[in-house]
Amino acid sequence: MSTEAQAGHFPAVDWEGGAFPYRVGHRKLGMWLFIVSDSLTFSALLIGYSYLRASNVWPTPFPFYPSIVFSSVMTFCLLSSSLTMVFGVSASSRGDKAGARKWILATIFFGVAFIVLHLIEWNHLISEGLRPFFLPEHWVKVFTTTDGVPPSPLFGATFFTITGLHMFHVASGAVYLSVVAARVNKLKHEDVEISGLYWHFVDLVWMFVFPLIYIMSVDVGGHLAGGH
Amino acid sequence: MSEHAHVEEHFAGSNKLFTSIWVWLLVLTLIEIFLAYRPMPIHYMLVILLGLSIIKAALIMAYFMHLKFERLSLIITLVPALVICICLLFVFFPDSFRSAGLRYQFKEVPPVAPAPAEEP
Repeated sequence: MSTEAQAGHFPAVDWEGGAFPYRVGHRKLGMWLFIVSDSLTFSALLIGYSYLRASNVWPTPFPFYPSIVFSSVMTFCLLSSSLTMVFGVSASSRGDKAGARKWILATIFFGVAFIVLHLIEWNHLISEGLRPFFLPEHWVKVFTTTDGVPPSPLFGATFFTITGLHMFHVASGAVYLSVVAARVNKLKHEDVEISGLYWHFVDLVWMFVFPLIYIMSVDVGGHLAGGH
Repeated sequence: MSEHAHVEEHFAGSNKLFTSIWVWLLVLTLIEIFLAYRPMPIHYMLVILLGLSIIKAALIMAYFMHLKFERLSLIITLVPALVICICLLFVFFPDSFRSAGLRYQFKEVPPVAPAPAEEP
């Protein structure tokens, strides 16, 4: 008798959940394990960024407009996309496939809006002269300390890597959800729920990227606007 | 003790609950943006922002990702290991502070345009 068949014979009381110790299917458990590993990827990147920031003079260049306004609207888009996704999963659990598809399409819309806004925001910074290993010259002038220590040129590297990897996750998520929306009638409820887990994770990561990358780098005194 | 040995299809939580979580997440985000323009030491700012982010992450995991309604064994398997691994990464910070001290004690003025990173 196979192990699986034996497991089926154990009553639930043998080990709480019996053959389903977590009471979730193997695919959902797999997605959770992927989320744990991807969390560590983003944690490592954010801690690497914090390491560099703590050991260097770091520029704080983001103005209220466009950077903070754009990133705040992007945060609103992602939070709203999570809400529409959870509505979609909820509809799917009731067997309302059409409702699930409608809410998943709304989720994709917010996800694409996030990417478009993010690319516009990247374009602002790139046109200002920010590159992965260079700061715009006027940033260097403004953020050099009175001791003559210049700001770290790695600002761009950390910014583009972390936000870029996150944007890649949003884009992959939008493609994933498009497939789920297209095939929702054939898919089981659990499959829809698993795609929801991935999408909420992407939202969750942004909840750390937004304050650490954007809010912590606000140009509070307007140094770049009027300081040079 | 549960007798369920099958995968449940039921998805707990009402749309009203999820909407209220979404409102809370938006409020916490607005607080973060408001804090950005309050003058305060960077350490306080970091602690408050991370605190708010952890609350937001917990709300998303508990309600949107449905972890609150899952079996405790799943939560205990996933969350503590992740938290411990992330905390272990903090072991690098003393080195970061040390290198900051080494780098800036000479107060030299390096060139404005740094040398591009060359591939070996």
